[in-house]
Amino acid sequence: MEKRTEKNSYTVFFAIIMVVIVGALLAFTASALKERIAENKRIEKQQNILYAMGVNENEGNKANFVSKDKVGESFKKYITNQFVIQQGNESPDDQAYLIDIKKEQESAKNGNVRRLPLFIGEKDEKKFYIAPIRGKGLWDAIWAYIAMDENMVVQGAYFDHKGETPGLGANIKERFFMDDFIGEHLMSNGTFKGITVSKSNGDPKNDDKTDNEVDAIAGATITGDGVTAMIRNELKLYVPYFKNLKN
Amino acid sequence: MGLLSKKDSKLILDPLADNNPITIQVLGICSALAITAQLKASIVMSISVLFVLGLGNVVISLIRNIIPSKIRIIVQLTVVAALVIIVDLVLKAFAYELSKELSVFVGLIITNCIIMGRFEAFALGNGPWRSFLDGIGNALGYGIILIIVGFFRELLGSGTLLGFQVLGDPIDKTGVYAFGYENNGFMLLSPMALIVVGLIIWVQRSRNKALIEDH
Repeated sequence: MEKRTEKNSYTVFFAIIMVVIVGALLAFTASALKERIAENKRIEKQQNILYAMGVNENEGNKANFVSKDKVGESFKKYITNQFVIQQGNESPDDQAYLIDIKKEQESAKNGNVRRLPLFIGEKDEKKFYIAPIRGKGLWDAIWAYIAMDENMVVQGAYFDHKGETPGLGANIKERFFMDDFIGEHLMSNGTFKGITVSKSNGDPKNDDKTDNEVDAIAGATITGDGVTAMIRNELKLYVPYFKNLKN
Repeated sequence: MGLLSKKDSKLILDPLADNNPITIQVLGICSALAITAQLKASIVMSISVLFVLGLGNVVISLIRNIIPSKIRIIVQLTVVAALVIIVDLVLKAFAYELSKELSVFVGLIITNCIIMGRFEAFALGNGPWRSFLDGIGNALGYGIILIIVGFFRELLGSGTLLGFQVLGDPIDKTGVYAFGYENNGFMLLSPMALIVVGLIIWVQRSRNKALIEDH
């Protein structure tokens, strides 16, 4: 005799019920946790921006953000101005840090004018210009917050990624990599050159800050190239702003 | 193991050595190669698999009598995927930093053949408690190998353990680097993980000849 669970009708019935139950469960979990997750992401953005301008709780060789409960307060204290640059015009927007760079890149592809958020931070009477950028790594998206001075010399950087290989490409968010960018020049003789993550740098201690190069991570060539391309393509868009600033 | 009967404790202890999912059954190799460049990543992955496999085995065991055999693989896949997504969402909401650490691992768990293998080979034919023990045992067996491989790859490849520079600073030439020692960058690449797993298999089989299959 055929078992009940072998029948086609039962199989279809089971599949439908399973899909409905699992779907409902996932939808319920996702919507119940949606707000908390969005809040975590918002806090993380603030932490990232502050990290780039040197407001962090780094210990030894570990990168630590300002703690969650202090971040809102610090953000208000250090970030003095946020605005969006569009076709050379600046419009203030205190929610500029929430702009989704991915969406901006996509809409620019469709012929729209890209909105470029920029955050001004002040710490110890020093001014930081912090730009959010985004690019492609080996497996998925990579992004960064780069803090610069008015000459486009990097003052601090925070890199992050969605799915780079742990131990290799994922090391872009380790201090030994991020700290290499500090003091590095983006311009060379008045033209924008970016910073190349180079395998043939020959300067592991990064003593030469004007060579537009930092040392690459062994085994993470494509992630490194992604960082190079991201910096070159994205920060280039901010060059007119910095040129204006000097005049 | 006073708590467990002899048969039950065998479920946990067997996969640790003589029936290890990686070195004997040769399952889950892909993730063992991918994420063992760092010891910390190995540990995190082991814990994640422990959780998913323990829970997944129980779920499959509970519904084993009503699963239509024609679509059982799809059902198993759905259960793993649903569990993994729920775990991921909960982590994102309540332990955001940890979820960032896990990033790719969570996705990798779904494709880990050990999980499907245990669902298919054990949970479909055994009760929830025994399935739970089997899941824990196999995840531990998997974890041990991951941690051994991660230990050697991080130590020899980067000269660090859990991020601490145990061999000295390679740039300032302190510790063993003062004597001309260099990190072996090749250890960081996947082929060396396979070679390390191969060495473990070799050691294990030369200690216990019964494990050698004749072909």
